[in-house]
Amino acid sequence: MSNLSEHYSPATGRRLGLLIIIMVAIGGVLTTFWAKTRWWFPPVASRHGADVDQLITTTFIVTGFVFFFVNLALGIFVWRFAAAREERAIFWPDSRTLELSYTLVPTAILITLISMGAVTWARVHSPVPRNALRVEALGQQFAWTFRYAGPDGAFGRTAPRFVSRQNPRGMDQSDAAGRDDIIVSELRLPVNEPVVVLIRSSDVIHSFFLPNFRVKQDAVPGMTTQFWFTPTRRGNFELACAELCGVGHYIMRGRVVVDTKAAVDAWLADQSH
Amino acid sequence: MTPTTAPTLERKRPGPPGGPAGPGWDRGFGQPDRDRDGDAHRVPLARIAVWLVVATVTLLFAAFTSTYLARRMEPDWQTLQMPGILWLNTAVLAVSSFLLEWSRREGLKQQLPRLRAGLIIATVLGVVFLAGQILAWRQLAATGIFLASSPHSSFFYLLTGAHGVHILGGLIALFYAVGKTRTTGSVEAVFEPAATFWHFLGVLWLYLLVLLFWI
Amino acid sequence: MTVTHDHTHAEHRQSFITRWIFSQDHKVIGIQYLMTSLLMAAIGGFLSMLIRMQLGFPTWNFYWAQWLFPGGFADFKMKPDFYPAVVTMHGTIMVFFVLTTALSGGFGNFLIPLTIGARDMAFPFLNMMSYWLYPPAIVILLISFLVTGGAAAAGWTAYPPLSALRNAVPGSLWGQTLWLVSLALLIVGFLFGSLNYITTVFNLRARGMTMSRLPLVTWAQFLTAILMLLSFPVLFAAVIMLLFDRHLGTSFFIPSGLVVGSQLVTHQGGNPILWQHLFWFLGHPEVYVLILPPMGIVSEILSNNSRKPIFGYTFMVGSLSAITFLSFLVWGHHMFTSGMHPLVGTAFMVTTLLIAVPSAIKVFNWLATLWRAQIRFTSAMLFAIGFVSLFVTGGLTGVFLASPAVDIYFQDTFFVVAHFHFVMASAALFGLFAGTYHWFPKMFGRMMNERLGKIHFWLTFVGIYATFYPMHFAGTAGMMRRIFSTTQYEFLRGLAGMNMFISVAAFGLGIAQLIFAYNFINSWIRGPKADRNPWKSNTLEWQTESPPPHGNWGAHEPTVHRWPYDYSVPGATDDFIPQTVPAVPAVSGAAVDESDGKPT
Ligand code: HEM
Ligand SMILES: [Cu+2]
Ligand SMILES: [Cu+2]
Repeated sequence: MSNLSEHYSPATGRRLGLLIIIMVAIGGVLTTFWAKTRWWFPPVASRHGADVDQLITTTFIVTGFVFFFVNLALGIFVWRFAAAREERAIFWPDSRTLELSYTLVPTAILITLISMGAVTWARVHSPVPRNALRVEALGQQFAWTFRYAGPDGAFGRTAPRFVSRQNPRGMDQSDAAGRDDIIVSELRLPVNEPVVVLIRSSDVIHSFFLPNFRVKQDAVPGMTTQFWFTPTRRGNFELACAELCGVGHYIMRGRVVVDTKAAVDAWLADQSH
Repeated sequence: MTPTTAPTLERKRPGPPGGPAGPGWDRGFGQPDRDRDGDAHRVPLARIAVWLVVATVTLLFAAFTSTYLARRMEPDWQTLQMPGILWLNTAVLAVSSFLLEWSRREGLKQQLPRLRAGLIIATVLGVVFLAGQILAWRQLAATGIFLASSPHSSFFYLLTGAHGVHILGGLIALFYAVGKTRTTGSVEAVFEPAATFWHFLGVLWLYLLVLLFWI
Repeated sequence: MTVTHDHTHAEHRQSFITRWIFSQDHKVIGIQYLMTSLLMAAIGGFLSMLIRMQLGFPTWNFYWAQWLFPGGFADFKMKPDFYPAVVTMHGTIMVFFVLTTALSGGFGNFLIPLTIGARDMAFPFLNMMSYWLYPPAIVILLISFLVTGGAAAAGWTAYPPLSALRNAVPGSLWGQTLWLVSLALLIVGFLFGSLNYITTVFNLRARGMTMSRLPLVTWAQFLTAILMLLSFPVLFAAVIMLLFDRHLGTSFFIPSGLVVGSQLVTHQGGNPILWQHLFWFLGHPEVYVLILPPMGIVSEILSNNSRKPIFGYTFMVGSLSAITFLSFLVWGHHMFTSGMHPLVGTAFMVTTLLIAVPSAIKVFNWLATLWRAQIRFTSAMLFAIGFVSLFVTGGLTGVFLASPAVDIYFQDTFFVVAHFHFVMASAALFGLFAGTYHWFPKMFGRMMNERLGKIHFWLTFVGIYATFYPMHFAGTAGMMRRIFSTTQYEFLRGLAGMNMFISVAAFGLGIAQLIFAYNFINSWIRGPKADRNPWKSNTLEWQTESPPPHGNWGAHEPTVHRWPYDYSVPGATDDFIPQTVPAVPAVSGAAVDESDGKPT
């Protein structure tokens, strides 16, 4: 026969309650503030990225409060209601009012978050502006290449049947629009101009990830996905592959340069011959 | 053994099930759902099980179906000519199902010899159906259409194959029922679930036929 | 049916083989599932240590590892092509071969018949088959480390074309095939199991055991079985089609115009997104398959050790059911960045955030159960309380990931890794530990060592937070998951120190589990004998011997007279009243309104 009385231990309750309060509730919040100074989002560099960050911040605040208070309550309860053996627990099987309230309050909070999320999401995926620069990004094990439409402003036709080792994009050589297309291994974008990236893959699934621009879109073979955004800061940025694509997944890095429109145009003109 | 923890050993229940409630709180969410006294009202286990099997298999084919419908949208889709023998196979399976139902009714009238006859013929027809399906495969293959020839042929072989495997399972159940009806008079525990599954496979076959060739 | 069981089971003569190896007794099968899963947990855990070695200490030399995996290491450092295989196998083993099997296979088997007052499962033979598909699946999965190309390396999600084309990644050569075959076997076993559980709960409940008197642990297992029965066939279909694509030349998932390993791929016209839909149609319910049983286990343990009824039984059952239903409607939240139509994304956001409501209800009900309780701190209770904290932490990060605009950034980063390790790994694991400490006496007839149990808890609780909490910040900094090294990117430069810290914490966490292993084995052999009802619990399984005899109940099956949560009933002599105690026992002065059974 085990001795149950050893488990009626207010000391254990105090210890566990304190641990939950200090390590989880308080510690969790404090480390988040600390992390904000060191391991936070890379500086935002796109217009919609600011919206996304706003939404993330709001979500952090809401969930942070819930996190803190629920863990705090748990800690306090555990501490406070550790048994002293003589008494009895109360017999309290349910309370409809209480339960309904903590059904409805979270529902209301979540509906708010849903609405905010839906607005931001709709804005991110709003129709591509007419004047947007069009660039095609192609993911291949394990590098990205980019195609600009060139002086004529039109991409050459592509089709799977033209794909070969030398022509992973499947460009139709007979299409005149394709003659002046520029294929480069780095992405240069004009600042404050909308750009739409058409994302493709010629082998497995990759994911086109621009951390600073809050852009991520899978490169799925057999289809073209797209993402449009407006860079707001000049500088050099990194492009990563976010979807496991094989042994070299971790080295599938690309370079993004955001510069004035004139500089980008000059660079493009340079590339075309 | 302390008194409070001893299981109640008496065979007769002291009161009506579920109520009146003791000193505790037993509202649950709804009243006691049914009288569990005695086994007379219980559904045979195999009948529950067969409906659960039907549910799983339905989900399996739902998964195939959704892939099929999506895959059809791709530009490389070409529809195959339906092998003519499938008409014959369908008829065989239908007759098999009807016979099974007929023999069940005879069974209810205690006409055991008829029940057995119907059951055995239905089972044999099931085997004929399976042979017919294999023949359909061979006919297609003879015209140069294999599994990987086109997306439609892939789905044709995949779906008929998956259906065939389940037919095989259904046949095993029917064989088992044939064996059972020889030794025992009470057939419902084995016969009915096997019949349910068999009818389901019949309906599933019609569905696949429509899916593959008419939409 | 019970009639067929009326002869006394104890009279069966059983050889060692039929009793312990090819047993059809649900208790033995449950224990077999549990033990095998714990063995697999050791392997899966070991693989996670390899991952952490690489991420935390990429420049160190690991001599012993090279000796152990001569193909995976060179110059005593991990090779980049071994890493994805390790991650894949870790995830696969943990999800399918540890938690699903232990929680559903182990606890489901052991507890369902015992808690409903049945003598065994509805189909004992099928039950045995269900277990015996599991060891072959393990063997096939583990052998894949030894074949050419090594183990599968396309992630536990096995997205094609990476998993479909044999030269896309070394693990796709043969490892992926073995992975698929192994999973197919396991799925069939799961389906056998679920079929059994559902039928058993429907039909073999003891007299008086109405559905509204079912303990929550049984409700959870019952709903889990429904989830499994309806979601695993979909994965099975996907597995079959992927095998066809790999070996029979079909193109379900492989599109036209691919060049892989500088070879033109001949497949045409397939669509890799279809796999994702099928996979996640299972994959999301699967994470609830992992968390519902712990929810049930924890509800039971919290109530029992609080000496209070579980708060809001009706809402608990309702929220379990709501989660079960909704979990079929949310799979798209794993595919927000896959190029789906934005409106579809919005729809999946709504369903996903809705599923948070029943989860919130459960958390608050657990808190209310603790309110004015008389808490007893058994090791099981400590883990159950830890579960609540971990589930809250993990659940809240889900709110981020459910919002597609936010998920654009977090998808496929360590934020996701942190999220699912809190809910799926840590919380479910805590449920597993809590359940083991709680039901060990019933399983083996011996008590576990509570001192060691408590040490195990403190180390694990602290270790889990130390390991997984920082991963959120690796995620906010943008660190992608499944990457072999962070050194290639400038924006990940600052993470080296943190990764080292996480790894050290993970090693500590891993080592702490040795205490559990020791305690488990030692108590099994030498633990003090347990009596019938060491925790003074109400549910049926505690009213029979420990361990229960073959057939569970001796001559007569129990009759149920009340719900399972009559703890601290005012006026009763004891602070618990087992379900078998008749409606009007020898407790006097109970103030009860007879008409609806509510205390007045
Ligand atoms: C000691 C405990 C554990 C540690 C230190 C650990 C660590 C890790 C790490 C570092 C990764 C790789 C993340 C990446 O690069 O994407 C990972 C992946 C994963 N872990 Fe764990 N893990 C542990 C336990 C568990 C448990 C108990 C589960 C059970 C659900 C689990 C499920 C997974 C899954 C599903 C993946 C994803 C695999 C994939 O990307 O294909 N882990 N784990
Ligand atoms: Cu990639
Ligand atoms: Cu999900």
